[in-house]
Amino acid sequence: MQVTALQFKRRAAANLHDEKLQRALARLQTKFVDARAAAIAELPDYGSIRDAAAEIRDRVLRDLDGYLRRFEQEATARGAVVHWAESAADVNRIVADIAEQHGVRRIVKAKSMVSEECGLDDALAEAGLEVLETDLGEYILQLAHEPPSHIVAPVVHKSKEDVADLFAAAHHRPRTTEIGGLCREAREVLRPRFLAADMGITGANFLVGETGSVVLVTNEGNGRLCTTLPRVHVAVTGIEKVVATLEDTTTLLRLLPRVATGQSITNYVSLLTGIRREDESDGPEHFHIVLLDNGRSRLLGTELQPMLRCIRCGACMNHCPVYQGIGGHAYGWVYPGPMGAVLTPAFVGLEDTLDLPHASTLCGECAEVCPVKIPLPDLLRHLRQRQVERHLRPWSERAALRAWAWLARHPALYALGARIVARALHLCAGRKGRLRHLLGVSGWTGERDLPAPTGRTFRDLYRARRR
Amino acid sequence: MSAREAILARLARARGAGPAPEDADDRIRRHPRGPIPPSGDDPVRRFREQALGLRSDVATVTSLAEVPERVAGYLRERQLPMQAVCWPALMALDWRAAGLDVQARPARGDDAAGITGAFAAITETGTLMLLSGPDTPGTVSLLPETHIAVVERARVVATMEEAWDRLRAEHGSLPRAVTFVSGPSRTADIEQTITLGAHGPYRVFIIVVDDALAAEA
Repeated sequence: MQVTALQFKRRAAANLHDEKLQRALARLQTKFVDARAAAIAELPDYGSIRDAAAEIRDRVLRDLDGYLRRFEQEATARGAVVHWAESAADVNRIVADIAEQHGVRRIVKAKSMVSEECGLDDALAEAGLEVLETDLGEYILQLAHEPPSHIVAPVVHKSKEDVADLFAAAHHRPRTTEIGGLCREAREVLRPRFLAADMGITGANFLVGETGSVVLVTNEGNGRLCTTLPRVHVAVTGIEKVVATLEDTTTLLRLLPRVATGQSITNYVSLLTGIRREDESDGPEHFHIVLLDNGRSRLLGTELQPMLRCIRCGACMNHCPVYQGIGGHAYGWVYPGPMGAVLTPAFVGLEDTLDLPHASTLCGECAEVCPVKIPLPDLLRHLRQRQVERHLRPWSERAALRAWAWLARHPALYALGARIVARALHLCAGRKGRLRHLLGVSGWTGERDLPAPTGRTFRDLYRARRR
Repeated sequence: MSAREAILARLARARGAGPAPEDADDRIRRHPRGPIPPSGDDPVRRFREQALGLRSDVATVTSLAEVPERVAGYLRERQLPMQAVCWPALMALDWRAAGLDVQARPARGDDAAGITGAFAAITETGTLMLLSGPDTPGTVSLLPETHIAVVERARVVATMEEAWDRLRAEHGSLPRAVTFVSGPSRTADIEQTITLGAHGPYRVFIIVVDDALAAEA
C-alpha cells in the first residue's frame, strides 16, 4: 500500500471538521472503550494474565529464529508449504505464483492487515485474478475503493447510508438502510462466490510453534468459509506472529477479543494445521503459509523491539485522543493510531512519516490499555529523538530549540526574558486573563484560548514565598 | 542466499551469539499453563450462562434419545424447515419419529440446519470445540442457517487448556481444523451495531446430554 503519511497534518485538519466522520468516531467511546472496560472487569486475573501475555510475546522475540524454524518444521510435516518473503513485492509474487501453480482463477479473501501492507489485492488483480474481499467491512471498502481506517473495524468511518448507496449501486437491489438487511444482502451476494472459489487467502492472528498451526480469530464466519471450501488456502502473515504453545496461544486469546471488541471470545477461533486428509470431505488440498519480514527483523535488538509484541487488537487507537479526533485515514498507511505511529516509521522509514511520532500527546493511555504492555509513548519519544539525530526536523524548530538551550544556560538572561514575556502576555490578555490569538502559535489558539500568565514568574513567586 | 536464509540469519544476529536464553523446544515440550481464571463449581450451569450470554440457545436433556424431539421442537417454534444434515454418528437417533428428515452427509450451500456433536464444551466462555475429520465434516456447522450441537456431559471442561490436554491424550496431534464456536456468526462492521448471522449460522442451539441428571431423578 502506498504511504501518504506526509499529508498527515492537512488530512488531520480536514477530518476534524468532517461532521460525518466525527459522528462515526464518537461511536468509539461506547462500542470500544466502554466495552473493553466491561470485559476486563469480568476477568479477575487481568493483571497477571497481561503480565503473562507480554512475557509470552517477549520470550518468542528473544529466540524468534528458533521458534520460526520449529513452526516451519511442524507445518511442513503436516503438508503445508512455508514461504519466506523479504518484502511486499515478494509476497505478491509468491501468492501470484501459487495461484498459477494450482490453476486458480477465483479468490476469496478474509481480512488481513499484512495483505493490505503488501497491496496484495491490486497485485493479484493485475495478474488477471478475481479477488473478492469477504469480511463485511473489507467488502464495503473494496466496493468503495478505499483503504481501511481501523485494523479491527475497517469501515468505522462509514455510515449505514454510505453502505446502502454502495450496495444499491453494486447489487442492483432495492436500497435499504436497515443494518440487518444490509448484512443479509452481503451474505446472499457472497455465498455463491465462496462456493465457486478456487483459493482462499487469510492472514493469521498467531502461528503456533508447537503444532505448525495458523490461528484465525473471527466473528463473521467468512474466515472459516475461506479455509474450508476452496481447494487452496494461502495464509499471509508477519514473522513476529509465532507463539510457542497451545497454552500460550490460549493466554493471548483470553485478552485479544476482550481488549479489541469487549467480547470474552470471538464467535470463531480456528486452528488450521496442514492439508485435507485423504478421507475428509472438506478443507484445502494445498496449504501455503507466507511469512513476511518487510522491516520487522530490523526492529529486533533495538529500542523498538517491544513493538513486535503487538497482537493487533486496536485498543491503543480506540483510546487515543488523537485517533478519536481524526480517524485512521490521516495516518496515511495500513496501521493507524499509536501502534501505527510507531510501526509506519519503523517499516517505511523516518523520512516519509515525519509527523507520525508527533501525532500523540504522550498522555500514556495507549500504554495503559495495551494487553502486551508495549510502552508506546516511550517508543514515540525514541522516534522523535532519532528524527532530531538525523536532522529531519524543520529548521525553525531546530533554531528555536537551540535558542532556548542557549538561554537556559544563561540564568540571568532567562529570568529577565521570562519576566518580560510573562508581563507582556498579562497585559495583552487584559481582565479576561485569556489570550484568543497569539502570533506563532495560531495552531493552538485557533482551537482554544490560551490562559495568560498572571504577570509574575515562578521565580518572583518563589522569592516572595521565602520572605 | 534465499529469503529464508537471509531472514533467519538476521534474526540470529539480532539475538546475539550463544545459545538462546530459553530453548524453544524445551518450552514446547513442557507447555506450561498461564494464569487461569477461577471456574466455579457447577460447570454445566456456568456453560449454559456463558453460552446464553453469547446468544446461543441451550437445552439440557437426560438421554440421547430425547434429542430428536428437542430438535424438532426448536425448529417448529421458529417455523424453520424440518430438515437437517448431520454427522454420521448421530444417524443412529430416531429422527423420523420426531418428524424430521435428517441425512448424514456434508452440508451444501442450501441446507437449512446442521446437527453436529462436539469434542468439548468449554464453560469459561460457553464455547463448543469441533474437530475436523472424515466423520465430522466442518460444513455441517458452517453452511446452514441453523447449527445444532449435541454435547455429552462428560465432554464439558472448564477451560481451553483442559480441552488441549484432552486432545493430546485422545488424539496425539491436532486434526486439520480445530474450530471453537461461540454463538451465531455476527458482524458489527456497519456502525458497530451487532448483527447476528453474517456468513455462518444465524442461530446455534446446544443440547447438553446429562446422564447424571437421569440418575438423580
